[in-house]
Amino acid sequence: MSRVKEFNLPDLGEGLTEGEILAWLVKVGDDIELNQPIVEVETAKAAVEIPAKWAGRVQAIFHPEGSTVEVGVPIIAIDTDPNAGPLEQSTTGAPAEALPTPSAASLAAVEVAPAEGMVEPGLIGGAAPGGRTAVLVGYGPRNAPAKRRARKGDVPAQATAAPVAPVPAPAPIAPAPAMNGNGRVTGPVLAKPPVRKLAKDLGVDLATLTGSGPLGSITREDVQRAASGTPAAAEPLTVAAPAASVASFGADREQRIPVKGVRKLTAENMARSAFTAPHVTEFLTVDVTRSMKALDRLRDRREWRDVRVSPLLLVAKAVLLAVERHPMVNSTWAGDEIVVKEYVNLGIAAATERGLIVPNIKDAGRLSLRELADAMTALVQTAKSGRTSPADMSGGTLTITNVGVFGVDTGTPILPPGESAILAFGAVREQPWVHKGKVKPRLVTTLGLSFDHRIVDGELGSKFLRDVGDFLADPEAALLAWT
Amino acid sequence: MAKGDPGGATRSKRAAPRTRRAAATGEPELVQLLTPEGERIETALGPDGTEYRVDFTDEEYRGLYRDLVLVRKLDAEATALQRQGELGLWASLLGQEAAQVGSGRALRAQDMAFPTYREHGVLYCRGIDPIMPLGLFRGVDQGGWDPNEFKFNMYTIVIGAQTLHATGYAMGVAMDGKTGGEDGEAVIAYFGDGATSQGDVNESFVWASVFNAPLVFFCQNNQYAISEPLERQTRVPLYRRAGGFGFPGVRVDGNDVLASYAVTRHALDTARNGQGPSLIEAYTYRMGAHTTSDDPTRYRIASEVEAWQAKDPIARMKAFLLKQQIVNESFFAEIDEQARAESVHLRERVLNMPDPQPVSMFDHVYPHGSAELDEQRARFSQYMESFEGSAH
Repeated sequence: MSRVKEFNLPDLGEGLTEGEILAWLVKVGDDIELNQPIVEVETAKAAVEIPAKWAGRVQAIFHPEGSTVEVGVPIIAIDTDPNAGPLEQSTTGAPAEALPTPSAASLAAVEVAPAEGMVEPGLIGGAAPGGRTAVLVGYGPRNAPAKRRARKGDVPAQATAAPVAPVPAPAPIAPAPAMNGNGRVTGPVLAKPPVRKLAKDLGVDLATLTGSGPLGSITREDVQRAASGTPAAAEPLTVAAPAASVASFGADREQRIPVKGVRKLTAENMARSAFTAPHVTEFLTVDVTRSMKALDRLRDRREWRDVRVSPLLLVAKAVLLAVERHPMVNSTWAGDEIVVKEYVNLGIAAATERGLIVPNIKDAGRLSLRELADAMTALVQTAKSGRTSPADMSGGTLTITNVGVFGVDTGTPILPPGESAILAFGAVREQPWVHKGKVKPRLVTTLGLSFDHRIVDGELGSKFLRDVGDFLADPEAALLAWT
Repeated sequence: MAKGDPGGATRSKRAAPRTRRAAATGEPELVQLLTPEGERIETALGPDGTEYRVDFTDEEYRGLYRDLVLVRKLDAEATALQRQGELGLWASLLGQEAAQVGSGRALRAQDMAFPTYREHGVLYCRGIDPIMPLGLFRGVDQGGWDPNEFKFNMYTIVIGAQTLHATGYAMGVAMDGKTGGEDGEAVIAYFGDGATSQGDVNESFVWASVFNAPLVFFCQNNQYAISEPLERQTRVPLYRRAGGFGFPGVRVDGNDVLASYAVTRHALDTARNGQGPSLIEAYTYRMGAHTTSDDPTRYRIASEVEAWQAKDPIARMKAFLLKQQIVNESFFAEIDEQARAESVHLRERVLNMPDPQPVSMFDHVYPHGSAELDEQRARFSQYMESFEGSAH
């Protein structure tokens, strides 16, 4: 065994076929100990740290953070005897960024597994969403091509295995599939074992047939037809299109990003909401100078000294108080009835590294201002660290989206599914404003409220938005008047 | 408390007379002989007035500490081996060492144990080579130890099924007339909080009760059935369920190796004397994931884990040994070194475990084989030889 050992990504769950490199905890040149955590990998089941299998020095790292790696592919090379002098191949000093490719031997030829008998979707063993196979518990494995050993006497397989590219590189002109004399694609032949046996018994060479079954697999009928001499039904041959010779507005200048994870969920939710709930959006521009001053006074109080106080806190308070005055905005359209909720699970849209998520503060209406502040701080910190649990994100009843942090004035937000109102809170800017009969520089913001017109009419939506604005214009007076 | 005791370094310092009644005024309703701070409680009272105490020699105290550390280290090594692709799966016992070592050491040679798939600590106490379960989780054998030799049944993956096996076995022990004295036989069935919702476990309670089986139901309540918390399992403390079936139940601090030992020893003696079954709820916490396929951060919060960290079974035993001056400075380093060496040894042996030959599946179907199987074996061998580079 060579002193440099390559570590292949193992199957970290039961039946997983890939994992995403979240973070490398070591870098090329580091000396590492046995069982020292070296990399954080996220699979469909869990994010876990992998401990080093050998002590030694990191010789190479094959995949950058963020890449998805198939199980069985080398991810790191470790020199298990770094003090024994230079390596035979002078690869020392290779920069980490170079991402050398793993040894050729580790990239075995891949033969596509024959399509087995179809199972109905949803049944165990059948197709499940996301190209997975349904299993008894948890997420099933993806349907990846199986690796198989070659049988004795097989024609050597074509070099079908391309090196695993860490980044989608500009696609070189794909080598056209090799054609045999009949103009048919050569390579692995798809056929079920009983069909193979039938072909063998009837003396039919499977490689000369064109399959009519799923994925081009050869069926029993194909074999019998060949054996009886009947020509197969005429079919068009698809030939790879000739490569474009001039750089154009084509695939070489487009980037394709797989839709998955948070992006996929967001897309599904937004599309569903936008095309089921009739949205109306109203705007209100408010002078929030008094609110900002009230916040400053709050920060100065001893008991609030260590609390994170933001304008969003007052917006949240304003929304909660306005909901008490107009409970219908805190409701769900349930087909033949409207569910009005006495509790407010207040959603706060958060932009995180993994995308948009909307965790909510449970029963926020019952919290004091101080408790609300603490809950919002905790919610944001949890979201930023990527530790928001599914429970934190479900059951929201009304949402605030703070688009002001991106420096824009307001927006027309789309309702989270199942909610009837969402408030966009724009940037707070100093602007000329008529105050007590004179134009003065005042702190002004614009609120945008979208609501579900099936439940909330223009009058109710306007009253609700007006109340939120009134509170922000003069929080002390609103508190005295309403509570 | 030992406060005000002028005895200094004398042994009398350990005798800190103190009695704590479990479930007397609600919380804490568990039997405890060693607090998380390492304070000894001389006697603890169970809910039915039973007095629990232990009387260990210094060597025995050190032995229990060694067991706890070794069991944790070997378990951590197995988890690492899974992460490195050397095991298909591993169910870690992290956090539950005291419940397992305490109950495992309370067993006598003649007693029979029925484990789940997490009882690596009990397995260790039964004197079984710790590599045995690793073969199972590496997928190279079915377990490999002789249940009759070690009086420790095979790991049972099906939740709660082993309680039925244990009940039947215990009824057999009684029918064989092996109970009713100091040297009688007792049986212990391990299961978790999630299993208490299984029909199997409730049926076992009924059968063990009405047939007065010499059986101890040892439930490690680690608070989660995979991701489902205890409040989705029960509305009353689990040990109180025993009352409805007609036998005693007690809750013990499952992170206290001394109390776990005392309570189990008492329940086993009750069983071996012919006085029927009992239920022990060892109140503990699974510090790690359910198995290596699980991500506990998805369903429980960090502050809860931290709170249990403060109740660590090894830390309190270490504090106790230091306070009572039962050990010298080098003791802990020696134990750590022993644990490290054993885990390295375990790793080497796991990596060298041979893959089974596919044809070996025909070997253990019938004790004396069969003509039909022999033919199948021959055909299968022929098929395997048709592959390139085949050593099979």
